[in-house]
Amino acid sequence: MKAGVLALQGAFREHGEVLDALGVATIEVRTPHELAGIDALVIPGGESTTMGMLLDTSGLREPIAERLRESLPVFGTCAGLILLADDVIDGRPDQEPFGVLDARVRRNAYGSQLASFEADLDVRGLAGGSFRAVFIRAPVVEAVGDAVEVLAEHDGHPVLVRQGRIFASTFHPELSGDLRIHERFLSEVMT
Amino acid sequence: MSTDAPGPASHTVGTTRVKRGLAEMLRGGVIMDVVTPDQAKVAEDAGAVAVMALERVPADIRRDGGVARMSDPAMIEGIRQAVTIPVMAKCRIGHFAEAQVLESLGVDYVDESEVLTPADEAHHVDKWAFTVPFVCGATNLGEALRRIAEGAALIRSKGEAGTGNIVEAVRHLRSILGDIRKIQVADEAERFAWAKELRAPVDLVQQVAERGELPVPLFCAGGIATPADAALVMQLGAQAVFVGSGIFKSEDPSPRAKAIVEATTHFRDPAIVAKVSRGLGEPMRGEEIEGLEVKLAERGW
Repeated sequence: MKAGVLALQGAFREHGEVLDALGVATIEVRTPHELAGIDALVIPGGESTTMGMLLDTSGLREPIAERLRESLPVFGTCAGLILLADDVIDGRPDQEPFGVLDARVRRNAYGSQLASFEADLDVRGLAGGSFRAVFIRAPVVEAVGDAVEVLAEHDGHPVLVRQGRIFASTFHPELSGDLRIHERFLSEVMT
Repeated sequence: MSTDAPGPASHTVGTTRVKRGLAEMLRGGVIMDVVTPDQAKVAEDAGAVAVMALERVPADIRRDGGVARMSDPAMIEGIRQAVTIPVMAKCRIGHFAEAQVLESLGVDYVDESEVLTPADEAHHVDKWAFTVPFVCGATNLGEALRRIAEGAALIRSKGEAGTGNIVEAVRHLRSILGDIRKIQVADEAERFAWAKELRAPVDLVQQVAERGELPVPLFCAGGIATPADAALVMQLGAQAVFVGSGIFKSEDPSPRAKAIVEATTHFRDPAIVAKVSRGLGEPMRGEEIEGLEVKLAERGW
C-alpha cells in the first residue's frame, strides 16, 4: 500500500511525516506519473486558489478527478476539503473544486489569521480522549448531504466528515502531533 | 501571548502552533510584494499564496531614499478587500506601535522588516505580546534564533531587497543552513560554545541540533527575479519564497509571477523550470551589490 500527498503547495511535508510515523510508504505527488502508483491520496492545507492553478498547470486536475470517480480513498484537510466540496462560497469565481463531497463550504469563514485557533474536539468513535485540533484561516462546513457522516463538530458546525472513502476536515490533524485521525482514515477507507 | 476568544473554554487563539501553522500552509508558495489592489489581484490570479502590502517596492525605496515607514492603513485595507489570500504588511524594526496598528487592521502576518527604516537600534519588537504572527529577516543562524526567541513564527533569509541580485540570498541561506548542519554534529559541550558564538539561547541551539532545522519555517527573500532563482533557493533549502521588486519591476509581471509560482512548486524539475522560463520578457534590471549605497540586510541586531 502506497499513499500519496499532493505536494503542489502547502503542508504536504507534515502529512508525509505523520504517514511515515504510521509506517505507510508515502510519496509526494506533483505530476500525473506520480499519481498513477498510489492507493490513497491526501490533499493538504495551503491556499486553495494556488493549488487550483497548479492543478491545471501540472496536468493533475483531470487524472485526480478520474481517480476520485474510481473511489480512490482521499483525505482533504482545510484547503483540501475545499477542493473536494461540491459547493464553495466566498471562493474565487474561477475556483473549480472536484465536487465529490456533498457539502456547502465557506472559505475563511472565521476571518483573518487573528481568529485562527486551537480547540479540543470530541471525535465520534475515537478512543483515547479528545483531539486537540488546529484551525488556520479555516473554512466552515455550512451544510452536508445525507450521504455525509459528521464525525466531529465545533461551535455547531461539522469539522470532520466522512462520505464513503472520502475523509475531510476543516482543521489540520497533521499539526497536532497526534496520529489518531490519520490512523482512522487509513483503517476505515483502506479495508 | 495567547488570549481566550468567546466560545468553548478550550478555544484558544494566538498560540505558537497557530502562528507557525499559517507559515506551514504557505510552504512551497510565493509571497508577492504589491502596492495596489490591482497588483494584488494580478498576484492572486498568478497563484501567489499571500501578498505583502506596501507603499513602495524595495527597488523604489532604494531609489527614492528618505525614511521608509509602515503603509497607509487605507491602502492595506484596500488590498485586503481585493483578495482572498492572506495579506502581510511591514512594520519598522522595533516599532511596536506600527505592529499594533497592523494587528488592529487584521493583517494575517506582520513583517518586522529591514526594508523599512529601523525605529530602534537595539531592540526588536517583543513578538510574544501579539496575537498576530510575525516574520523576521535573518542573515545568519544567530540572527534567526534571536528573532525566534523574541517570538518570530517564520524566518526569511534577508538577501538584499530591491536589487534583483540573488547573491546575498544565497549567502544568507548557505550561512544559516550550513551552521545548522555543523551544529547537528556538535557534541553537548560544543553546543554551549555555539550558543555563545551565535549570541542565541542555548535551548534553541539544542532544538536545532535535535531537529536539524529551525523550530519555525525558513523562507527566502531578497533578490529573486526569475523562475530559476526560485528553483535555486528552494533546492538550497528554502521552503517558500518572497518576491518583492522582481515581479512588478519586470517588463511583463503577470506571466513572470505565474512562472515563478510554477518553478517554486516544481523546483527539482529543470524541464518544467525551462518551460515556464520561456519568453517572459525582460526581468528587472538589477544591481551589483558593490555599487549599493545602503545595504538593507545590515539592519537588525
